Amino acid sequence: MTVTRVQAPAATGGLRRAISDGLIATGRNLKRIPRIPELAIFAILQSVMFVLLFAFVFGGAIPLPGGGSYREFLLLGIFAQTIAFAAATTAIGITDDINKGILDRFRSLPMARSAVLSGRTISDVVYNGGILVVLMLSGLAVGWRVHSSVLEFLAGVGLLLLFSFAMSWIGVWLGLSVPTVEVAQQVSFTTIFPLTFLSNIFVPPQTLPSWLQPLAEWNPISVLTSAIRDLWGNPNPYVGDGFPAEQPVLLTLIWVVVLIAVFAPLGVRRYRLMSR
Amino acid sequence: MKVYRSRSGEVRALDGLDLTVAEGTVLGLLGPNGAGKTTTVRVLTTLLRPDAGRATVAGYDVIEHAQQIRSVIGLSGQYAAVDENLTGRENLVMFGRLYQLPKAEARHRADELLDQFDLADAANRTVKTYSGGMRRRLDLASALSGRPRLLFLDEPTTGLDPRSRLAMWEVIRDWVREGTTLLLTTQYLEEADELADSIAVVDHGRIIARGTADELKSQVGGERIEVVVHDRDNIPRAIEVIGRDTDGECAVDDHTRRLTVPTSGGAQRLVQVVRDLDQAQIAIDDIGLRRPTLDDVFLSLTGHAAELAPADDDDKS
Repeated sequence: MTVTRVQAPAATGGLRRAISDGLIATGRNLKRIPRIPELAIFAILQSVMFVLLFAFVFGGAIPLPGGGSYREFLLLGIFAQTIAFAAATTAIGITDDINKGILDRFRSLPMARSAVLSGRTISDVVYNGGILVVLMLSGLAVGWRVHSSVLEFLAGVGLLLLFSFAMSWIGVWLGLSVPTVEVAQQVSFTTIFPLTFLSNIFVPPQTLPSWLQPLAEWNPISVLTSAIRDLWGNPNPYVGDGFPAEQPVLLTLIWVVVLIAVFAPLGVRRYRLMSR
Repeated sequence: MKVYRSRSGEVRALDGLDLTVAEGTVLGLLGPNGAGKTTTVRVLTTLLRPDAGRATVAGYDVIEHAQQIRSVIGLSGQYAAVDENLTGRENLVMFGRLYQLPKAEARHRADELLDQFDLADAANRTVKTYSGGMRRRLDLASALSGRPRLLFLDEPTTGLDPRSRLAMWEVIRDWVREGTTLLLTTQYLEEADELADSIAVVDHGRIIARGTADELKSQVGGERIEVVVHDRDNIPRAIEVIGRDTDGECAVDDHTRRLTVPTSGGAQRLVQVVRDLDQAQIAIDDIGLRRPTLDDVFLSLTGHAAELAPADDDDKS
């Protein structure tokens, strides 16, 4: 614009800038949570409602093959379902930032390019971690218990949070691909809901029609649910003897890696394409 | 600064638009909605890549050195924003830090800007509670938190009430006095006239005129004398009298009884016309010397542009 080239700080802050800007973006997202309490409250209410509905309505009607408490069986499924909806939370957050114009502000600043997306996904993990705590407390209230060691309990929590991080990357891609918050909401609910029902969350997969069983067995949400049921010593009446039945923890980790490897580059690409 | 043709769909938002802003001055980009003003700003602030052509900001290329550009510019306007769930101060500290200021300096800078923009009292309230004018001021303050050498304001007062608009002008003028180079887009001629050192009129992604406000006005023509005759029957006699004093063609609007005639004689000629009309006993309702406004400039220029724009496809890139 002008002839003189003005002195500007070096453009490459590298990893340090990526981390510090990522933390600033994370902090910004976290500060917003208590200021829009409706969002968190309804997310929690929805999950608690599921816990109560299934515990008290179906609790007696659905017998588990091989015995065991249906409530303990179900609750971990509800945990996994809630965590799967991380994709919706992230997608809605991103679309909202685009529509409010704040994403453009960020893009006009000399901040690390990665910070907006990393800040969003990391803060959503923290947010879902908070919701998980509330879910566990309400689970404890209706009779759920962990029957294994502290270490295995923590491993299960870690697995849930890792999975939430992976789902958030799907949300990044989705949020950058849809025009409005309403669409983001619709798309994520219509894709995640069937996935949570075609799983082992509510019923043991062997009760499904045989052609649906492989889908339900390999479904990442089923695998995650199996993994935490195993880790926490809660009922997991699984009759299959394939890989998903034998190595649910390993397969969950594989799913996490695959989802991130696919959706993070897609999301980043979408983000870059915003300037086209 | 040159930008040639950024394409969104098949529409050429910018078509060989060529601009230069001298350091320390204010360039007003004036044009109607959809003229390409915002696209220009988005290209120059690295939000949008041009499909062809080149643009450099502060000596840096918008594609190759986008990050360097971002550290010397500030952007505020209809497409930049603040976080409405954070407080005014939190917003400014955050943007300061993302401009890579150290933490303490970002805080100090935020307080400075809150004072300067008359937002100190509302500093700890969430932006949701702010009025439209306060929001715009915070938006502008955010753009300034990195002490930019170059400021881009995209329609900074669109949608503001007249009082907030005046306050905003005051703030912008103060800032420009300190030596910031400013590119301002606006659809208000008054605003361009008020704030800009030079003006470029944009329509259909092209610049159709440029110059200072005075230069643009003189492009449309010089001064005119306007007379409103009281009695319609006197119009022919009035034309005759005025014709003796001036040398241009006299335009007549029978309905409003208004006669308009170009003149180069200024106030002296006006006085003579008044005397002669009085002597001829022609009663008048109104008389005045009128310089063309930017509105006249704008209408005459965009009117032309609308007729000429299509089918002009020469490749300038």
